[in-house]
Amino acid sequence: MFKRLPEAGPTVPVTIDGRQFAARAGDSVAATLFAAGVKACRTTPVSGAARGPFCMMGVCFDCLVTIDGRPNQQGCLVPVREGMRIESQSGARIAVDAPPGQP
Amino acid sequence: MNIASSCDVAVVGAGAAGLAAAAECARRGLSTVVFDEQQAAGGQIYRAITATPLKDRTVLGADYWHGEGLVGEFARAGATHVPGATVWAVTRSDDGFEIGVSHDGVAQLVQAKQVILATGALERPFPIPGWTLPGVMTAGAAQLLLKTSGLVPEGRVVLAGTGPLLYLVAAQLARVGGRIDCLLDTTPRGQWRSAAPYAVDFLRSPYLAKGLSILRDARRATRLVGGVQQLEALGGDSLQRVRFVAGGRSEELPVDLLLLHQGVVPNINLSNAIGCAQRWDEAQLAFVPVVDRWGASSVAGVTIAGDGAGIAGARAAEARGRLAGLHTVHMLGRLDAAARDRAAAPVRTELARFTRGRAFVDAMYRPAEAFRIPAGETIVCRCEEVTAQQVIDTVKLGCTGPNQMKSFLRCGMGPCQGRLCGLTVTELIARERQAPPGEVGHYRLRFPVKPITLGELAALPETDEGIKAVVRIGKAH
Repeated sequence: MFKRLPEAGPTVPVTIDGRQFAARAGDSVAATLFAAGVKACRTTPVSGAARGPFCMMGVCFDCLVTIDGRPNQQGCLVPVREGMRIESQSGARIAVDAPPGQP
Repeated sequence: MNIASSCDVAVVGAGAAGLAAAAECARRGLSTVVFDEQQAAGGQIYRAITATPLKDRTVLGADYWHGEGLVGEFARAGATHVPGATVWAVTRSDDGFEIGVSHDGVAQLVQAKQVILATGALERPFPIPGWTLPGVMTAGAAQLLLKTSGLVPEGRVVLAGTGPLLYLVAAQLARVGGRIDCLLDTTPRGQWRSAAPYAVDFLRSPYLAKGLSILRDARRATRLVGGVQQLEALGGDSLQRVRFVAGGRSEELPVDLLLLHQGVVPNINLSNAIGCAQRWDEAQLAFVPVVDRWGASSVAGVTIAGDGAGIAGARAAEARGRLAGLHTVHMLGRLDAAARDRAAAPVRTELARFTRGRAFVDAMYRPAEAFRIPAGETIVCRCEEVTAQQVIDTVKLGCTGPNQMKSFLRCGMGPCQGRLCGLTVTELIARERQAPPGEVGHYRLRFPVKPITLGELAALPETDEGIKAVVRIGKAH
């Protein structure tokens, strides 16, 4: 549903639900999902409906994903890092605190 | 990043208003800290201005690249910029305010003598059937993907709604070869009549020339359907089709991506939670904080700048940021009233120039009631999945306002904290009650204004006052 313009720049390797993907360095996790052709990244706690990123500016919370094992992260606010594990999440997740110094 | 534990001025938001406000404070010697959720300065209008992969400047246009100068000015002024930081509380302390902020997953409290809120705008909710389906997003979101990542919609793309940004996005996507199958314009027909009284100002405004060129580009790029009165997104697990009614005819289109937009509204969550007085603005159909000509709110020491204090656009926001900064410097005794007024005079001229024509835009692109006040099974609160009918039923039970309704439905109590449903709920209740939206009121928002973990809160350093408070509670029982 999105294509990349040619001038994108260098990439970093990440995984999306276990699948290898070359993300553009500097992109947010949510932008990376779109670049990888992923429309839905979670299901809701209330009805189990599928959702995907909606506002891309940190207000809607529809892009919640699990990043490096930490659930409920706003994908549009977190930049990708080399080796990052991005996972879709289903329903309500229990919040987990970050180890010190790691976002 | 180590954040200083105290400063003279805390600025929330690094968009046009926040950057200008911080520059005015910092260059006059105040220790100024700017907290912003994004990774780089610029806010949403100038998002990714230092890092965008779009090097061809004609794509995003001169108005976008204006932000380069502002970001540069901010960088030279000497303020501290804390990117990737979420402010979740601002409370009064002995000599000013205590700012609760999370950064790198760690919560911290920062003391500030004065606070400037520059929280900007967000896109008005657009509650149509199916607006929660993956494949439906805001037009602003698509524009951000273009700015930050050079991502362009492909497949079957439909834009729908009203307002200048919708046409701007269409024009920008067209410039980079993006495909737009159709633009469904929901602007009510004949609305120019109510806008006409403001037309003279608009014709003298800087927006006219830009507006015309955008409209021309948008028309050239796509099939334009005007007078759309109904709109529905259809699909199972994701968007498959769009159904709309225009001119009495119903049509269905297969679609991969639907981009919605019907204007922007002030992001008031933080000012509301601080307790700043706000009022219903009938022209902008939104709640706006009550501020004076410097941006000072009803809470002494809290100044609000930019679109967060009422929508006027990026260049006006920059001017309002400067005024808020000058006022704050004056309040801290570093600038006497005469010097402040002298510095403010050219800024006020600039502000007048960039607010001229706004009333025309507000009236011309006033979103239709049918797209602001949904019915039936259409979801109002995306987080808690509350429908319009549920809200209506609650009003029939005697519920008079959004705050009472929370305890019936949890509407507005999900992670977005009412940002995506607040206005819809107010207008829905107002219509059911036949009462003015200002009387129905808005959610009373509370800290934390964005979710943080209990672990983060618990890891905050204990203050003597906090310990005494707990001991007092213990003794009372």
